[in-house]
Amino acid sequence: MHWFQHLIAPGFFQSTEVQVALIIGSAVAITSAVVGVFVILRGQAFLGHALGDVGSTGAAGAALVGIQAIWGFLTGGLVAGTAVDILSRRSREREVTTGVVLSAMLGLSALFIYLITQVSSTTGVTQEILFGSIFAVNRHLVVPMMGLSCVALFLIAFIYRPLLLSTISLETAQSRGVRVRLVSLIFLFAMTMAVEQSALVMGALLSTALLIGPAATAIRHTRRLGYTMLMAAGLALLDTWLGIMLAYNSFYWPPTGRGWPVSFFIVTVMVLSYILSQLIPQPQSKRAQ
Amino acid sequence: MTNLWQHIFEPGLFTYPFLIHAWISASAVAIISPLIGFFVNLRGESFVAHAVPRGAFAGAAAAFLVGANSILGLSVFALAMALSMGFMRRHSQNGVITALTLVMALGLGDLFLTIGNTYAPEVFALLFGQLLGVSASETMAITVLSVVLVIVVGIVFRPLLLSSTVPEFAAARGVSLTAMNLTFAVLVALDASLTVPVVGALLAFSLMIGPAAAGGYLAKSPWGAMGYAIAVALGSVWIAIIIGYDTSLPIGFLVASLSLVAYVVARLIHMARKTRRFKRYVSPL
Repeated sequence: MHWFQHLIAPGFFQSTEVQVALIIGSAVAITSAVVGVFVILRGQAFLGHALGDVGSTGAAGAALVGIQAIWGFLTGGLVAGTAVDILSRRSREREVTTGVVLSAMLGLSALFIYLITQVSSTTGVTQEILFGSIFAVNRHLVVPMMGLSCVALFLIAFIYRPLLLSTISLETAQSRGVRVRLVSLIFLFAMTMAVEQSALVMGALLSTALLIGPAATAIRHTRRLGYTMLMAAGLALLDTWLGIMLAYNSFYWPPTGRGWPVSFFIVTVMVLSYILSQLIPQPQSKRAQ
Repeated sequence: MTNLWQHIFEPGLFTYPFLIHAWISASAVAIISPLIGFFVNLRGESFVAHAVPRGAFAGAAAAFLVGANSILGLSVFALAMALSMGFMRRHSQNGVITALTLVMALGLGDLFLTIGNTYAPEVFALLFGQLLGVSASETMAITVLSVVLVIVVGIVFRPLLLSSTVPEFAAARGVSLTAMNLTFAVLVALDASLTVPVVGALLAFSLMIGPAAAGGYLAKSPWGAMGYAIAVALGSVWIAIIIGYDTSLPIGFLVASLSLVAYVVARLIHMARKTRRFKRYVSPL
């Protein structure tokens, strides 16, 4: 049993922090992976990343007025996401408008953090918002986080067919009478919920990781969308669990004995699995010959 | 009247050494960023422009850990990220490679900060910029590198423009697209390593995107767009320095807000022009 103790350090399953981290981490992983498949297919990786960033502006604002960070994240994401959607009527403009909105929100975030340091002398807020830690998530957030996951997944299920159609071919969707803008707005809301949740858990800077990584790996190796989502969710779960486990073990690692960050492990496992999956040949398309 | 002027231009605005450094380095950065930003917007690569300076921040954290110069760490990470994005561009779909490179760099940054076990003000200053803390030697380096960068842009201008707008045509004319992708990546990386110490990693790209986008709405030719963009960027940083010095508000916030305002105004002007042209076209009916 010696090797097992090396793999999973004693007290892993007994610790409340670990239990909360495993539950919330799993919910976030599944939601992010499923939404992420559409994010990649629709070419919205930048927007997905930007939502995490603008969420941190909201979180800084929330810290300033003293409400829970998760609501700040959500508000920031919804406001900025809607702004991008309104400003980019034509898809060609989307990259630039995302950039402009993002930089404006980051400026605002600089202001909020400046004000926070003026009001109180807490310096840790910046690091907390930007990098976060899954072990520090409040136990009372389990229920709201689960709720958010459910709402996001429900929204995706609700608009699944029109979303798929308008993702593959906008023109076909329009000619079939799909209200494309409404569908894209609903998807935006689902995406915001997924990203902000993950921003709270992984930190704003790394919320992109679970959204893009597993989905990108899965898209390369599956041919049907259902399987893609399943595989992405599975990979994301595996990443998160491994990350949490390694981070828990790392409390005994050099140099400090205070543990390495969970986000680092999750990202590393994810990027490694993406690189490995690039080496495996893609499944042959039946129609490709 | 003199009172008002003194209120706007507080004493010392043009005489304190640290402010002179700020004026020079901010102006240098405000000239090169829109130049690069013009190509960024043309190629629709805002994500790269955002990711490179942001990820380079991790390099500063690494440098802090091993006790090296933070600008050096910044440049190394920026170059490594930009090159890996440039090389893997072909395999990438829709920004996936950019996103993955960015999160990997940030994950490392997180690790370095945690292992360093300190709240490193120097590192966090790089997130939001420290315009008023640029040293004389840094000012010198920034100015020299900016001049070099402007010359390089001048040399590669035509092939880069061609390959950014009509890649097939450029390839037919014998321009190597891979070489141009890499050139673009290196330009973004160099620009990032110059801009981050001045306006910070979070906002380095606000100087690239905002002014260049505004210029694109106002002008009809590439040179005109660049001219407008540089004017907007210079105006933003100059006003930001003045207000920042008067009120001690963060420079990053001021620069971002001003370039947002410029973007919105430019877009409104563009819309107004379009309506007028449309009316002129319709009126004979």
